[in-house]
Amino acid sequence: MSQVMDADRMARALTRISHEILERNRGTGELALVGIRTRGVPLARRIAHALRDINHEDVPTGALDITLYRDDLMRQPVGPQPVVRRTEIPFSIDERRILLVDDVLYTGRTIRAALDALIDFGRPRAIQLIVLVDRGHRELPIKADYVGKNLPTSIKQSVQVRLQEIDGDDEVLLTEPSPAEGA
Amino acid sequence: MLKSRHLLGIADLEADEIGLILETAEAMTEIAARPIKKVPALRGRTVVNLFFEPSTRTRTSFEVAEKRLSADTLSIAVAQSSVTKGETLLDTVRNLEAMAPDMIVMRHPSSGAPHLLARLCRSVIINAGDGMHEHPTQALLDAFTIREHKKRLDGLKIAIVGDLLHSRVLRSNVQLLNKMGAHVWACGPSTLMPPGLARFGVRPTTSIDKAVDGADVVMMLRIQHERMHGHFIPSTREYFTLFGLTPARVARAAPDVIIMHPGPMNRGVEIDSDVADGPYSVILEQVTNGVAVRMAVLYLLAGQEAEAD
Repeated sequence: MSQVMDADRMARALTRISHEILERNRGTGELALVGIRTRGVPLARRIAHALRDINHEDVPTGALDITLYRDDLMRQPVGPQPVVRRTEIPFSIDERRILLVDDVLYTGRTIRAALDALIDFGRPRAIQLIVLVDRGHRELPIKADYVGKNLPTSIKQSVQVRLQEIDGDDEVLLTEPSPAEGA
Repeated sequence: MLKSRHLLGIADLEADEIGLILETAEAMTEIAARPIKKVPALRGRTVVNLFFEPSTRTRTSFEVAEKRLSADTLSIAVAQSSVTKGETLLDTVRNLEAMAPDMIVMRHPSSGAPHLLARLCRSVIINAGDGMHEHPTQALLDAFTIREHKKRLDGLKIAIVGDLLHSRVLRSNVQLLNKMGAHVWACGPSTLMPPGLARFGVRPTTSIDKAVDGADVVMMLRIQHERMHGHFIPSTREYFTLFGLTPARVARAAPDVIIMHPGPMNRGVEIDSDVADGPYSVILEQVTNGVAVRMAVLYLLAGQEAEAD
């Protein structure tokens, strides 16, 4: 297991992304952040905080649970259903530029589900994607607009994002497959 | 996860499974507030609603829940079906199963009918009320409603008042509330009190004043004339005088009491109109919550429908 991002580098990456958001959108007007549960939500809040520090304007922030939109739902053999949590988008997304936030971009299937879910809430003017880590291996034609770190990985490795709000500390870990899993 | 592939009764559920259903329902409530009240979770699944007894609330609630999850639904009212031509329950269900539904939601006047189907059929069976036995989704939506208001179930005093003998709502609620640590009082005329009630962890009483005194929740049950083959109460007016929930009786309960009723209500028989429409009444919230709770049950059971062969 190796650390590929510590707390400082994570904070700097989020600050840089916040500046990029402002540059690209020329301010925060019409913007809203939507974090994908679980770890996209605190990341979205942190970016909202950073945007306020830089631009002195609040950006509405919501949380999206994509479980009911997953493409692998009901496809596994008998097993427990994934836990559904609450979606909270307390503002209209119509005509807004939505900044969708997730921790790791991998196959792109989560983002596909999130796009479908968002469209059920209205018709945003645009959706942009923010991820803390892009680890490659896309299975769908999806690309991030803002990336904290591009991390080349093999499919057998796993990327774990740990956040203060949920896990008690800020870091990104790259884990090699355990021998038991490989067997 | 849920251990059983069916939902036959509260008797089969453990406290953590009840908690999972209630938390999943909590997440489902938000869907009703969206511009598009539909999620694709049960796309391509077929659910048959098979109702051998009249029902408006429960049947439409299941139908709305199924549609919000994108399932294909088919509702069969028995009055227009071949059951009236003498077909047995098992034959009816086997014929339906030949069309490969995934889940069957059933209400039946005989206690245990869904348990029979669960043993003999392939589909996931959800009990929407069987005779005088159980009505698990009603108890779950009642618990959900109580939790929304009281933030907990354990330690609450809950008075259930009315026709206890014929009530599957009572039987499901008592089991659920006991598992979650609430104190249940059951009140009704002695002719409508099932024998041995105290054995089920209930405080039985024939005094509504005692039952309601300091109660956090008062749940009223309907007098089920259609199940009464004999004389249980002298008259509905006398019943209202002795057991009806009036504003004066509500005043004896806790100041933040909530008043519940599974419906349909008989105003002026078990409940005064002023109470039913009053500030403590959460009766219509129960109906709203019913959809979210049934969505949770359908979602959680859909994942385990393909029994390992």
